[in-house]
Amino acid sequence: MSSEPTIQPASDPTAPRQLRSAWVVAGNRTPFARAGGPYASTSVQEMFTAALDGLVARTGIAGERLGAVAGGAVLKQPKAFNLVRESVLGSALDPQTPGIDVQQACATGMETTSLIANKIRCGQIDAGVAGGVDSASDAPIVVGEGLRKVLLQLNRAKTPKDKLKALAKLRPGDLAPVAPGVAEPRTGLSMGEHQALTTAQWGITRQAQDEIAANSHHNLAAAWDSGFFDDLVTPFRGLTKDNNLRPDTSVEKLGGLSPVFGKNLETDPTMTAGNSTPLTDGASAILLATAEWAEEHNLPKLAEIVDAETAAVDFVDGNEGLLMAPAYAAPRLLARNGLKLQDIDLVEIHEAFASTVLTILAAWEDADFCKVNLGLDEPVGVLDRSRLNVRGSSLAAGHPFAATGTRVVATLSKELKARAVAENRPVTGLISVCAAGGQGAVALLRAYPES
Amino acid sequence: MSPSPFDLTSLLGYAPATDDAYLSVVSQGPGRKIATSLGLPAPVALRRHDPDTPAVPGPVLVLGAGSGTTTTPGSDPDADALAQHLLTRGFEVHRHGDGLRRVGAVVLCLTGLTELGGLSAPALELGGLLRSLAPGGRVITISRPADGVAAGGAASLPTAADDPAAGTAAGGAPFDVVDRNAARQGVVGFLRSVAQEMRGGATANGILVADGVAATAPSVLGGLDFLLSGRSAFVDGQFLVVGSDAGPEGLATAPQGETPLDQRVVVVTGAARGIGEQIARLLHAQGARVVPVDVPAAGQPLSELANQLGTASLPLDVTAPDAGTRILEHCKTRYGRIDGIVHNAGITRDKMLANMDESRFASVLAVNTEAPLRITRQLLADPAADGLRVVGLASTSGIAGNRGQTNYAASKAGIVGMVAALAPVLAERGGTANAVAPGFIETEMTAKIPMARRQVARRLNSLQQGGLPLDVAEAIAFLLSDAAAGISGQTLRVCGQNLVGA
Ligand SMILES: NC(=O)c1ccc[n+]([C@@H]2O[C@H](COP(=O)([O-])OP(=O)(O)OC[C@H]3O[C@@H](n4cnc5c(N)ncnc54)[C@H](O)[C@@H]3O)[C@@H](O)[C@H]2O)c1
Repeated sequence: MSSEPTIQPASDPTAPRQLRSAWVVAGNRTPFARAGGPYASTSVQEMFTAALDGLVARTGIAGERLGAVAGGAVLKQPKAFNLVRESVLGSALDPQTPGIDVQQACATGMETTSLIANKIRCGQIDAGVAGGVDSASDAPIVVGEGLRKVLLQLNRAKTPKDKLKALAKLRPGDLAPVAPGVAEPRTGLSMGEHQALTTAQWGITRQAQDEIAANSHHNLAAAWDSGFFDDLVTPFRGLTKDNNLRPDTSVEKLGGLSPVFGKNLETDPTMTAGNSTPLTDGASAILLATAEWAEEHNLPKLAEIVDAETAAVDFVDGNEGLLMAPAYAAPRLLARNGLKLQDIDLVEIHEAFASTVLTILAAWEDADFCKVNLGLDEPVGVLDRSRLNVRGSSLAAGHPFAATGTRVVATLSKELKARAVAENRPVTGLISVCAAGGQGAVALLRAYPES
Repeated sequence: MSPSPFDLTSLLGYAPATDDAYLSVVSQGPGRKIATSLGLPAPVALRRHDPDTPAVPGPVLVLGAGSGTTTTPGSDPDADALAQHLLTRGFEVHRHGDGLRRVGAVVLCLTGLTELGGLSAPALELGGLLRSLAPGGRVITISRPADGVAAGGAASLPTAADDPAAGTAAGGAPFDVVDRNAARQGVVGFLRSVAQEMRGGATANGILVADGVAATAPSVLGGLDFLLSGRSAFVDGQFLVVGSDAGPEGLATAPQGETPLDQRVVVVTGAARGIGEQIARLLHAQGARVVPVDVPAAGQPLSELANQLGTASLPLDVTAPDAGTRILEHCKTRYGRIDGIVHNAGITRDKMLANMDESRFASVLAVNTEAPLRITRQLLADPAADGLRVVGLASTSGIAGNRGQTNYAASKAGIVGMVAALAPVLAERGGTANAVAPGFIETEMTAKIPMARRQVARRLNSLQQGGLPLDVAEAIAFLLSDAAAGISGQTLRVCGQNLVGA
């Protein structure tokens, strides 16, 4: 395929550059699958390539050279060091499209969105893809530290005698494989146990968590039934729908599950497999572009990426909950943009656990927290729940770590656009995604009624 | 690596061959001798379109009505004119068969036929030539349609009474019109029988030119090009009905090229696999901007196809109440227009009527007929649909009926009715509506038929083999092109002259 010339002369190289708007023009993902299911034997590269190809087909841009594709995976085999570039090479995009690997735990998709949007805003590129992928089924298995040292020494050994010497150091225990860390390296606690502490601290009830979970399933099921995902999801490996979805679940049914986290705390444990996300496989991607690029390609401008913010909390010594960073990031972002929580039409809070959503909301309602931790005279306030996760979230869809960010951006962009057109006014949305390491990424999106 | 526009194999994504093992054994060599001596069917590989080989495998012979071997230029103006047009196409054209050892095609111009007896001489002259007809050769009659007789599911045609020329031909005596009508319908029976006597992958088809339309109207010439070429490989024993003079003047001197659908925005439903996929690939190869539609569940193969064609896919269930509106919106925002739609999405839910249940019956009607009706209605509500070309997918089951397919046959006959009634509606807006009725086509759908039944089914036609999805696609591409502007309301069978239900 012959490519367009890659050098475009500037009309006036000395003119001061102005920031441009970056627009979400399309989104695509694979259906999300519970780990060990239909994608069990699929690599993250195959999955991300499929998400890209679906996006390319949906938008009719096969063979186009894009400014960049940014993506990443939290669980990545060492051989997949250039995962994104390799995926691009296997996709229908012009092979002259560069790829960037990004990793910020569960916020990876949010950071890739920010990265590509900023490149567009700064005038470095006109269009690019942001995305993420993860496979808990195809997770890298690492050899233990003992075996690793022996193998390295073996590699350096020149003579058979040296080699034998190296091997002699091997102990049976060294042979056990080490699964990727699910525990925070600095505390040794799993993410669930961390959140159980925060849940207890804020006194979040079991009932409230199960309500969040039931809503997530019901909203996602309704979205699927109405065909909402027809242009946001492309089937993969015979799977046509998120297979973690339980349309007929209920608060009563969820109430019957036994708790899995926080069982050693003084308070009653409340977190179950039903109100926590399962390990999930899947990939997602969005296409971002300038208004001109979108118009030239006759693609809709679904929503503008207005701004983004990432916060991190000191969960090790600082007494803050591991997944509470969005509670800090969002008020900062709102303040910078002169907005209040109540100005936001739709809010997406990633459901790592149902209680993550609830502890963040509780913090925003708490005058003390807002004063002491955020320095606000007034609390952030109460979120109208009818604006929250209206098309379902991770408890129902599942949560392939790095893929969640762009799943949410795509879903929210489409929903914002539909509402902007229906109500004939600009409609604003806020996304919050918590991540390991005490981090949290938030973003502000806005859609307009005109095309 | 981009395929050269004429590299059919890479454009179509497969080599045009079937998995019909019997065909590959008996179509040549010793296998063929054995098959013939045992009286088994002896199918041969059909001649299909290839831009690098001549459109016709030998000289073209143009014979006129009522003149037999004494055909001389000047005695039959329609035959003369047709011969002239064929000459400008670069064919070696002859007006009588004397001394010709090999003939690529015989065009029998019978427009002037006034009584059936007039058929004898040209018929017998044709008979004398059949042994010289090259493999993949063609016999094509050009004649006028009989009044009051639907030809191959045709809509009713202008009656002789409406035609001022009829009075002169009949000399005012009413019974002459009756004689003429008998003669005209006689051509149909004659041609269909000739088709059954053809050998070596040769076919026989006819063009019925409505009274008042010139024998050299653009769609007569366009139809002739189509029928002469390998694009009509699996069309046999059929009639194209030309009802108007519409169509490009340019056809008078040359056939339309390899990309007659250049820049046309054409929607193909059910494009993820089978016949629909081949339709999408061929329309793309002919220059169209294809909008491939299929159910969201078929999104993966649909995406692959869209990316290969460099187009945008439209995952959509055609039974959705707003399917037509969504298609229209997609075409308008992506291309600012819509030029054609091929209603190919279809399902079968076979059961004997005694065992039939509500959902089987209703779902087949919903996908096969109600969706095309609703979508077309929604498209036509918009001025962007002016000039729209509609092609429906009927089926020989819908024409002849088929055991166990009461629901399917009803749905497919519905398409025949739909396009017939849509024709006048679309004519007002410069568009056309036609259907293609495939017979046995080698697809995943027919691969599910049990082995023995499948072997019988694919032999039950004059060409003794199943057709390829490409053959159906070729007929559809023709009907979407300007060469077919004068053809509307018709159902063209692509069935190798299926013996079930003439
Ligand atoms: N194969 C034959 O021999 C034959 C003969 C006569 C007629 N036909 C007709 O030709 C057409 C194509 O047949 P085929 O053999 O390729 O069938 P197929 O089953 O291989 O393909 C049909 C396609 O239509 C799609 N489809 C079904 N329902 C749909 C819906 N509601 N919305 C959107 N897409 C939908 C399917 O997903 C599939 O991709 C059908 O209309 C069929 O009835 C086929």
